[in-house]
Amino acid sequence: MSIEEVQEEIVSEFEILGEDRESTIFYIMELGENLKEFPESQRKDENIIKGCQSKVWLTAEESDGKVHYLADSNTDITKGLISLLIRVLNLRTPEEIIHAELNFIDRIGMGNIIGSQRSNGLASMIKQMKLYAIAFQTKLNT
Amino acid sequence: MNLTIDQIRGLFPVLHQEVHGKPLIYFDNAATTQKPKAVLDKLRSYYELDNSNIHRGAHTLADRATREYEQVRETVQNFIGAQESAEIIFTKGTTESINLVAQSFGRKFIEQGDEIIISTMEHHSNIVPWQMLCEEKGAILKIIPITDSGEIIFEEFERLLSTKTKLVSVVHASNALGTINPVKSIIEAAHRYGAKVLLDGAQSTSHLEINVVDLDCDFLAFSAHKLYGPTGLGILYGKRELLEAMPPFLGGGEMIKEVSFEKTTFNDIPFKFEAGTPNIADVIAFKPALDFITGLGKKSIKAHEDELLSYANDLLLPIKGVEPIGTAKEKVSVFSFIIKGMHPFDIGQMLDARGIAVRTGHHCTQPLMQRFGIEGTVRASFSVYNSKTEIETWAEAVARIAKIKNK
Repeated sequence: MSIEEVQEEIVSEFEILGEDRESTIFYIMELGENLKEFPESQRKDENIIKGCQSKVWLTAEESDGKVHYLADSNTDITKGLISLLIRVLNLRTPEEIIHAELNFIDRIGMGNIIGSQRSNGLASMIKQMKLYAIAFQTKLNT
Repeated sequence: MNLTIDQIRGLFPVLHQEVHGKPLIYFDNAATTQKPKAVLDKLRSYYELDNSNIHRGAHTLADRATREYEQVRETVQNFIGAQESAEIIFTKGTTESINLVAQSFGRKFIEQGDEIIISTMEHHSNIVPWQMLCEEKGAILKIIPITDSGEIIFEEFERLLSTKTKLVSVVHASNALGTINPVKSIIEAAHRYGAKVLLDGAQSTSHLEINVVDLDCDFLAFSAHKLYGPTGLGILYGKRELLEAMPPFLGGGEMIKEVSFEKTTFNDIPFKFEAGTPNIADVIAFKPALDFITGLGKKSIKAHEDELLSYANDLLLPIKGVEPIGTAKEKVSVFSFIIKGMHPFDIGQMLDARGIAVRTGHHCTQPLMQRFGIEGTVRASFSVYNSKTEIETWAEAVARIAKIKNK
């Protein structure tokens, strides 16, 4: 599936949930359980993206021209948010990731659901994922 | 004045709204309380009718504004039982009041090797100013330890006291735990060694009867916005002889007697500490907030809040996974807790989805959180306009959330 198609899929899943905010948050938390186990050795300061109340650890590797992301958080809602980003961006080429327009976040009204503190954190996560892609792209081109 | 809970709620416009389609339940009162309509009306009428700069204007509006402003100083004086209104200084908030003492009293009276005592449960605003002062002066900061229930260990405090102690600065009621500290005994003990005592009254002044003469505290700091008043206004009470002996904090207009390029003589207290145009509108609008409290009576406010706290205990403690943080015998209406396996931030956001406003995190008391070995808590803090029905809705929401990880 293309990045656009995965985003379409996520948007329709959230549409099924409807307007009830609590069920939406419960659902996001459940999504976090899909995250692959994050290696304890990588849980170090240089991999931290720091928000006000929640921490995120993110690593990325490139193999066969695709980016492999691994991430974790100390809060369940944030874990759910990362799992959505990984679902969209994992195992893509750096090129695809760099040019990806992540419109699903606005389309499901995520900013309103998670509030401004977490929205800022989400933006930092996307930025960091794209920075990894840019670094891998540069490496692949040299 | 005897009002029903519905009548009281009727005085607070902000309470009558829905958040995410649910009636707002506002349990973040330790952060700031909501404002009764009388406060909002006063703000508006001041700007519509009386707005002018105070103390020097030769015209009617300035005279009216000055008189109202100075009347509030007297209302505050009576509210805390101070001997004279000159002992009441208007500041930006509790934080500025504490910094004023640290900068002014500290600069003059704290010397190298002197000791300042605070407790483990202080808000950062009652830690950092003293750390800065100690750094500057080569003084030493000592910390009173607390028990697992969140109470000061008094014998340990007494052990810290010595003739080197110059100041004890403690919170009257803890913002994160709700613990009411035995401040009268603390003050008596400190005074035996000649140390001065500052009380951080940010969380106590809205709940507890306070009489500074009876307590014999040397300074009391608190904020208007936690007493149903406007934001951006704080109070520093200080004993006259101390305030007179202290150098000014900020230089500028209002705080001087005469200025020449060679020498400036300073104004008398309280004006010596109120440089520049003060927060006139918010001071004037603070009066109806104090009148609201006095009208209801702190005894009946405290009784209502105690009832809410005890109901919260009854409903929350049996929930599997809920662990209260701060279980002191004497508490203001703060219920701080964690849920096993869950992050406070997530809990706060899930409660918000039900229209329930609580605080999550370290509550600006990181050393206290370290003492309990946790990152933060969820804090529900109740006020005079909260109801038992709201507690029930909240408890039901907490139970549903706790179940996710505690089946």
